[in-house]
Amino acid sequence: MPGITHKDRTLTAYAEKLESLDAPKGRSLTQDAMRRLVANKAAMVSIFVLIFIILAAFVGPFFVPWGVGEVDWSSIRKPPNFEKLHYLGTDQNGRDMLARLLQGTQMSLIVAGVATLVSVVIGIAYGAIAGYFGGRIDALMMRFVDIMYALPYILFVIILVVIFGRSPVLLFVGIGMLEWLTMARIVRGQTLSLKEREFIEAARAGGARATTIIGRHIVPNLTGPVVIYATLTVPEIIITESFLSYLGLGVQEPLTSLGTLISNGGPVAEVMPWLLIFPAIVLISLLLCLTYIGDGLRDALDPKDR
Amino acid sequence: MFNYALRRVMSAIPIALIAVTVCFFILRMAPGGPFDRERPLPPAVLQNVLAYYNLDKPLWEQYLLYVGGLLQGDFGPSMSSYDFSVSELLAIGLPFTLMLGFTAFVIATIIGIIAGIVAAIHQNKWPDYVLVLAVMLGVIVPNFLMAAMLQLLFGVHLRWLPAGGAGTWLHLVLPVTVLAWPHAARISRLMRGSMIETLGTNYIRTAKSKGIGERLVMSRHALKPALIPVVSYLGPGLSYLLTGSLVVENVFGLPGIGRYFIQAALNRDYGLVLGTTVLYVLLILVLNLLVDLVYAWLDPKVRYQ
Repeated sequence: MPGITHKDRTLTAYAEKLESLDAPKGRSLTQDAMRRLVANKAAMVSIFVLIFIILAAFVGPFFVPWGVGEVDWSSIRKPPNFEKLHYLGTDQNGRDMLARLLQGTQMSLIVAGVATLVSVVIGIAYGAIAGYFGGRIDALMMRFVDIMYALPYILFVIILVVIFGRSPVLLFVGIGMLEWLTMARIVRGQTLSLKEREFIEAARAGGARATTIIGRHIVPNLTGPVVIYATLTVPEIIITESFLSYLGLGVQEPLTSLGTLISNGGPVAEVMPWLLIFPAIVLISLLLCLTYIGDGLRDALDPKDR
Repeated sequence: MFNYALRRVMSAIPIALIAVTVCFFILRMAPGGPFDRERPLPPAVLQNVLAYYNLDKPLWEQYLLYVGGLLQGDFGPSMSSYDFSVSELLAIGLPFTLMLGFTAFVIATIIGIIAGIVAAIHQNKWPDYVLVLAVMLGVIVPNFLMAAMLQLLFGVHLRWLPAGGAGTWLHLVLPVTVLAWPHAARISRLMRGSMIETLGTNYIRTAKSKGIGERLVMSRHALKPALIPVVSYLGPGLSYLLTGSLVVENVFGLPGIGRYFIQAALNRDYGLVLGTTVLYVLLILVLNLLVDLVYAWLDPKVRYQ
């Protein structure tokens, strides 16, 4: 779902600004950015919470008393019970909620991570090529992006998922394939200003091929916007994935994801509220953290808003 | 103005055509179909069924037939609701979706603008903080989760409102709230920002120093320029609202085209999936076009770009 983080609007404006801007003046950007980020309390707290959630999701399952698919016949549909080691209760099938929640969080994080990676790779390649070659190629490629923007992409994700089966891999690729548009715009804007700089000219004069110039000299200089964009994309993808799973089109049993857990918990929340509340808390804190980190990074790395 | 309108309409047509083409071919590429049963149909029957849906013709002919039908307002037959054509189904669902969307749109825009102004006037006082919290909730909490929580609170525990279904206007309160909240949140944030900026300009200071009342300065001088960023957001905002209705209709079980879309996708009713997608795309294009035209009418600079 586009727009929870506003990245379209903010980052498009940012991309347009970059186009018209002279090359940034040389100064130790990374250190500067780090200092500003550390000074941002909300972002720092978010980073710690996020690290905690990630650790819990990936390392936690090894330390939980109950396995993901393990059925405890003596406690089915039971609220949190510390004596039986069901810290978050059990579901309708007697499976431990904590184990399921950790596995679901892990799944959501993996989908978000891979889909973001896919979208970043496509976006960088597309944007850098369009920006570097410019002219008619650029106009054509960007026209295509504009057209894609006008389409309701969630519909296309649903169509893809329905047609090509409900595997997690398809979920990554499908979402990633449709999330790269903003990335492409930003990278193009950045590339347009970068390619006028002396070191690119020097590389060209030295006889470097276009692919080398793009790969060696342009892409490494795009780190800032790419990092900002990626952190802002992750929550959007998590929401998209949760929504698809919520509709029954995403991650399938016995695997689970935050969206699947919420969609299972929703209808029975009246009698078994713990099935809805815990996944909801994890989802919301995850989204909050990522949004704060994204905002913090943007404030830290964006030279314009100072 | 007329030239601008013409240019905008001309640029929307290829987008619509591309969307239709892409959807059509993706759906035809799909393995399996609505006629794959556990007990296969007898070959002769299958042949007749395929012929009815034009599926026995070569792909390009199917495509031309579909586009041709589309131009005449015929979306083709539905593949799972045998007694209805897709056009008939859409004609049932569309009014509801539009009604839901526009109600949410109008309410959200008004609330968003008022909240933004109030927050801008009381910058960094309690109304501002309340707004920040409401915006955060609206933007962060995914709409299906928000829907589930509101259903639980107002539908199940308090029993003030029906938790789902359609019928009276009471049934619409929760769906409209879920749909409108994020929209209102974004608008109020935009409005707050642009209002603060406008209130800091020289001409507002001049107006105030002339002794014009606070209220008059706000309504006469500050409101109009502060509204421009909000108006430019309304186009994308409408698209978000429409795709948001996809979620809301499914969570609350409302009879709109969003629900048809998901049902059709789950039933592999490709005729209906294609129809709903095309309709969504057209709707979004047309609404964006309208907003752009309104924007050009408000702000002459846009027309001459």
